[in-house]
Amino acid sequence: MSTETIEAPVVKESEALLSRRRRKFLTDPLNDDNPITIQVLGICSALAVTTQMKPTMVMALSVIFVMIFSNLIISLLRNAIPGRIRIIVQLAIVATLVTLVNEVLKAYAFDVYKQLSVFIGLIITNCIVMGRLEAFALGNKPYDSVLDGLGSGLGYSWIILAVAFFRELWGSGKVFGYDVMGAIGFESFSANGLMVSPVGAFIVLGFIIWVQRSKTGYVEH
Amino acid sequence: MDLLNLGIKSIFIENMVFSYFLGMCSFLAVSKKVSTAFGLGLAVVFVLGITVPMNWLLNEYVLNEGALSWLGADFVAIDLSFLRFIMFIAIIAAMVQLVEMTIEKFSPALYGSLGIFLPLIAVNCAILGSSLFMAQRDYTIAEATVFGFGSGTGFFLAIIALAAIREKLRYSNVPDGLKGLGITMFITGLMGIAFMSFMGISI
Repeated sequence: MSTETIEAPVVKESEALLSRRRRKFLTDPLNDDNPITIQVLGICSALAVTTQMKPTMVMALSVIFVMIFSNLIISLLRNAIPGRIRIIVQLAIVATLVTLVNEVLKAYAFDVYKQLSVFIGLIITNCIVMGRLEAFALGNKPYDSVLDGLGSGLGYSWIILAVAFFRELWGSGKVFGYDVMGAIGFESFSANGLMVSPVGAFIVLGFIIWVQRSKTGYVEH
Repeated sequence: MDLLNLGIKSIFIENMVFSYFLGMCSFLAVSKKVSTAFGLGLAVVFVLGITVPMNWLLNEYVLNEGALSWLGADFVAIDLSFLRFIMFIAIIAAMVQLVEMTIEKFSPALYGSLGIFLPLIAVNCAILGSSLFMAQRDYTIAEATVFGFGSGTGFFLAIIALAAIREKLRYSNVPDGLKGLGITMFITGLMGIAFMSFMGISI
């Protein structure tokens, strides 16, 4: 036996439920390795659903759910999936989970379901989900994969919620449908139509990326 | 005339990228050079033009409520529309594979230039998104075909325009935090404003 196998970092069986290594799975995607602003994944839905806070919240929760469970399932099956057909297996699992979310929303939150229209279905092709499955779940243990899915989902969520906050605030003066501008006595506030239009989404996200990257010091070449 | 109108609408007014944000991932990732953007754009037009009518057939004869009535009276009450996502993505993945093999056989030169982009298209949201829009809006087969080609062409125009701008952008002095994705978002926003001027056009 070579010495390499002995020196390889062996994860102990009794590792704490939230050890330092595992906490990194949760915290890294929030800032330093954010799926949207740094890895540039999942931009489509980040922009499309963010005109108001409420649908954005639903979208964020749906993505977190799909990420956690697809990561878990793929991770459990990782030794059984032949490499050649892994993409189609992943797509099938993700599509099943998304169908589940879709039906639940249709049954219990029909107005939001109408608002999100095709974008719930498009979680299937959300690059974050596929990206994490490929990059993480295929090679790691189930519990770690769940944490990774949760972390990436949260990283995605806070960005889209931030975009939605500014777009709803400037686009209609409201947050979660509550008239903030009216409440703080700013009666003459006139809504900015550009914010509600797609253009607003690009520009708000552009600013968020600018601020976030200036803070983390990440520079793209 | 209606078809022409729909075509214009899907290319310019309801552009996949600028009004629905579909296909943003590849739009941002593959727009650094005009030549590669051209390859991807062409592949998207191609695949969209095929998959949207294919999915229309699937939707009409298998998935919709009562669509299975051609099998006999017993099947009239069956509604398989909850299988839409899985079936659509399966068709798309299969068609992409098929298109890839066909191109490889008949046009190795085109295959060489599209090469790596073809498999990636299976997970491009623009493809699945167009099929879902088609199902949601109850298009006819002719409309579905025009819509497929139209949205593909819209994506093609958008990605080539962005790639051309980004090639020029390399010589400009952009603040560190804005380099890459940040400035690209702003450019896309400005291009979106330009595309807004098509709004309200109908023939």
